[in-house]
Amino acid sequence: MAEKMKLEIVTPYKKVVDMEVEEVTATGKLGEFGVLPGHAPFLTSLRIGELAYKSAGKVEHMALNWGYFEIKDDKIIVLVETAEAAEEIDVERAKAALGRAEEKLKHLTAEDKQFKIYEAALERAITRVQVAGKSVRK
Amino acid sequence: MASLKSIKKRIVSVKNTRQITKAMKMVSAAKLRRAQENVVAARPYAGKLAEVLQSLAGSVEGDLHPLLEKREAKKLLLVVVTSDRGLCGGFNGNLCKAAERYIKEKKGEFEQISLMTVGRKGYEALKNRHTIAKSFPNVLAKPSYQTAAMLAHEVIDGYLSEEYDQVILLFNAFRTVMSQDITFQQLLPVEPEEKTLADETPVEYIYEPSVGELLAEILPKNIEVQIFKAMLESVAAEHGARMTAMDSASKNANEMIGKLTLQYNRARQAAITTELMEIISGAESIKG
Repeated sequence: MAEKMKLEIVTPYKKVVDMEVEEVTATGKLGEFGVLPGHAPFLTSLRIGELAYKSAGKVEHMALNWGYFEIKDDKIIVLVETAEAAEEIDVERAKAALGRAEEKLKHLTAEDKQFKIYEAALERAITRVQVAGKSVRK
Repeated sequence: MASLKSIKKRIVSVKNTRQITKAMKMVSAAKLRRAQENVVAARPYAGKLAEVLQSLAGSVEGDLHPLLEKREAKKLLLVVVTSDRGLCGGFNGNLCKAAERYIKEKKGEFEQISLMTVGRKGYEALKNRHTIAKSFPNVLAKPSYQTAAMLAHEVIDGYLSEEYDQVILLFNAFRTVMSQDITFQQLLPVEPEEKTLADETPVEYIYEPSVGELLAEILPKNIEVQIFKAMLESVAAEHGARMTAMDSASKNANEMIGKLTLQYNRARQAAITTELMEIISGAESIKG
């Protein structure tokens, strides 16, 4: 069994992560999952959520937007629209966005066109705050 | 011959113009570098997405998704990506001409050809002769993925509601600093790429959720990425074109200054000669 997997996280703007890791957990469309070296070929879409990877015994957290996840022959490719490392997140901004989205959602019903947009914004903001919190605790 | 003063004035004015074109060239060179970096940075994403799409499409049978479905093409949408600013040589002009030619050629085949313009210049050039369904001016100063996503949704919505049956993207692809390639690219319906590696054994993936659902998510993303890529390429090509145009403008200005200086010196010499002649003849007449 291979000891390590190659992880690549790519956004339209740049390659965020390109390194060897021992373990990855992410939030898939159908729930959280984890992969270890030697995983069978697997392809899934990701929802707004957190991705954590363990490299040299250290766990790093990232907040992801929409994307998908592919593993094949111990090579992981994660394509996402945005990926922010826990340290990079501006907590103040995320909290402000959280407040804004909550405020908007109060006045909207599920039928509104904008409801989904703000729901997603809310989700993103919550994820950011959560992920940022993990970096502080470390 | 023009008077000394007026020649001098022209020299000064050409010098001023040269200063501007030189500065613009420098600015464009800097922006070009950044734009090129963006193009390069977007490449892995686009490449990987295409890879996954291909591996997905390979394991799907039949028309699982409306975006893959081929309808009888009656209504065409042409998405023209130009720049927001001028002074970049034939960059916008050539593209618009290509669009016109294309429309003329295809007029017989389609019942209706609509236009969508990205960038101010394309809108200005085409609005007089054609009706523009939608225009998105001033989005290219800082091309963002969000803008591309919005454009993609506009296109996809139009396609799904059968407003258009075929969507073609027209843009200047960046080849070198000096040259751009006018590129027509079919966005919709999505044409599955030819399998390049036929002898590669297909890998059995575990799909989560089902293949169809995954495809439904990835196909629109692919269109977003293609538009995003086209925007980035177009911006890089624009700066390249502007740099070249400004460079030749500066060269022309130099040439012009040379010619005018020559003229100025000649006129000055002529003036001195006449003055001398007058003095000499005056002195002669006193003597005599």
